[in-house]
Amino acid sequence: MHPAFSVIFLTTLIGAAQGLFLALFTAQSYAAFKLLPQPDAHAFYGQGSLLALLLLVGGLVASFFHLGHPERAWRTATKWRTSWLSREVIVLPAFMGVVFLYGLAHWLNWHPVLMTLPGGLPVDPSAILGVAGTLLAFALFVCTAMIYACLKFLAEWHSPLTVINYVLLGGASGFTLAAAFAAVTAPELVGFLAGWAVIITLLGLLGRAASLYRNARLKPKSTLQTAIGIKHPKIVQKTQGFMGGSFNTREFFHGQPVAVLRGVKWFFLLAVFPLPLLLLLSGMHGGIALLVAAFVVQYAGLLAERWYFFAQANHPQNLYYQSIA
Amino acid sequence: MTQLALVIDLNVCVGCQACVTSCKEWNTSGSAGPMGDQNPYGADPTGTFFNRVQTFEIGEFPNTETVHFPKSCLHCEDPPCVPVCPTGASYKRKEDGIVLVDYDKCIGCKYCSWACPYGARELDEQQQVMKKCTLCVDRIYDMSMDEADRKPSCVKACPTSARLYGDIHDPQSAVSIAIRESGGYALMPEWGTHPANHYLPRRKTRIKIHEDELERADNPLKVDRQLPQPAMSEPTLDDVTTW
Repeated sequence: MHPAFSVIFLTTLIGAAQGLFLALFTAQSYAAFKLLPQPDAHAFYGQGSLLALLLLVGGLVASFFHLGHPERAWRTATKWRTSWLSREVIVLPAFMGVVFLYGLAHWLNWHPVLMTLPGGLPVDPSAILGVAGTLLAFALFVCTAMIYACLKFLAEWHSPLTVINYVLLGGASGFTLAAAFAAVTAPELVGFLAGWAVIITLLGLLGRAASLYRNARLKPKSTLQTAIGIKHPKIVQKTQGFMGGSFNTREFFHGQPVAVLRGVKWFFLLAVFPLPLLLLLSGMHGGIALLVAAFVVQYAGLLAERWYFFAQANHPQNLYYQSIA
Repeated sequence: MTQLALVIDLNVCVGCQACVTSCKEWNTSGSAGPMGDQNPYGADPTGTFFNRVQTFEIGEFPNTETVHFPKSCLHCEDPPCVPVCPTGASYKRKEDGIVLVDYDKCIGCKYCSWACPYGARELDEQQQVMKKCTLCVDRIYDMSMDEADRKPSCVKACPTSARLYGDIHDPQSAVSIAIRESGGYALMPEWGTHPANHYLPRRKTRIKIHEDELERADNPLKVDRQLPQPAMSEPTLDDVTTW
């Protein structure tokens, strides 16, 4: 497939935002149970939510560049019964709304006790919004990933690993960003967040390695024989019916030599996993620059990872477009 | 239930591209709106087409065969492009099974093209909406035309009658009979899309000549074998008498 930068930025930006929100609410939950010190809520949760919101808006803006008719985008919310894309379009603004309200509750220090859980744990609006946001963050990961995973023709995507990796890689970049952000606003949480970032990055490495291993061993279901229905072992396309390009030759081919593909793969394998891990481990005790670098490197790696995710997918329609002549 | 479809006979398609140009001509001036071309006279022309004819070489020289392969939307009975559409712009008509795009609802997200294993859908660069074969839906129901003309434009244009058109759910239709009796098959059956369009395979035309057809079966001289058997080059009775 041809990797579209609008979609690459959409999926990586909102993935990082979802991870960041999950990191914020994880820290809040630990703090509520007195497992972590209580940070400055206004600075850490409030401004952290603003940062997540900015990433989400950035992703949303990027997604509009993918559309031929962005002014009709409102129509995409109508077919949620059948289309994962439609579901994503509903869940994304819902998540943005909850992140906004969650941030607002912390920003305004609005913490009235709505009820008390057994054990004397007070529940305020931010806790309820946090739970709702967590559910929506995971729902959004599933929707985004299922857009790709539900396409059975694209064997490289049609796997539970696609969903797992969207969750893990979004989570990893979000927790790394949270660690860097905490280094500025809540230094007492840096170790906790960086620790989780390391764990999720390691899990992400496992998931992505598993999908690379799987994809390298796929056997295409469709062949030139089934594509044109002629049972002969030797079929060669002589013309595809035109000599200029067409949508079919632009949208479904990445157009890069194998060396570029391999280079991108090794770049993201380094930049998403070992480099941020090193930077996170060395910045765990408050190195702001190291943690910011960890996020920047990991995010750059994720752009490459997403590019490779698209480029590696081989669409069966390509069987019909092998020779210009 | 009606399922309109094309049946394409690969045995007689000569790859003349008449269906390609007639499709473009009809549909660019029809209700579908223009099928824009970009850079049409430049070095790298491109444009929207609903129908293409490709060519494949089967076998290894000298035992090769050239197969011309017309390719358009197959109007699948279980179209994977329809449920993925987030706006409902892609739909399959209940009354005749044609898969269509509502150009006023399409947002040009290209997702349906990813969900089609055949590459039947194209984004029109000019209108920024997804387009594909409509089976000339603005033609086949046009009562101002003669009945003989109420067929897709490509079918009318084909000089060798390689394109049949009709209802594949009607067992007595010409297309159903062709599929049944000439080995009609669907493309990429492995995906379970159940394409409505079918293809008829290449058929070898062979004549079996039996021994007695070569001999002078009409020559009475050999019937009772009273006289020597005439040679094959001898004239037959037809050649020497007027009866």
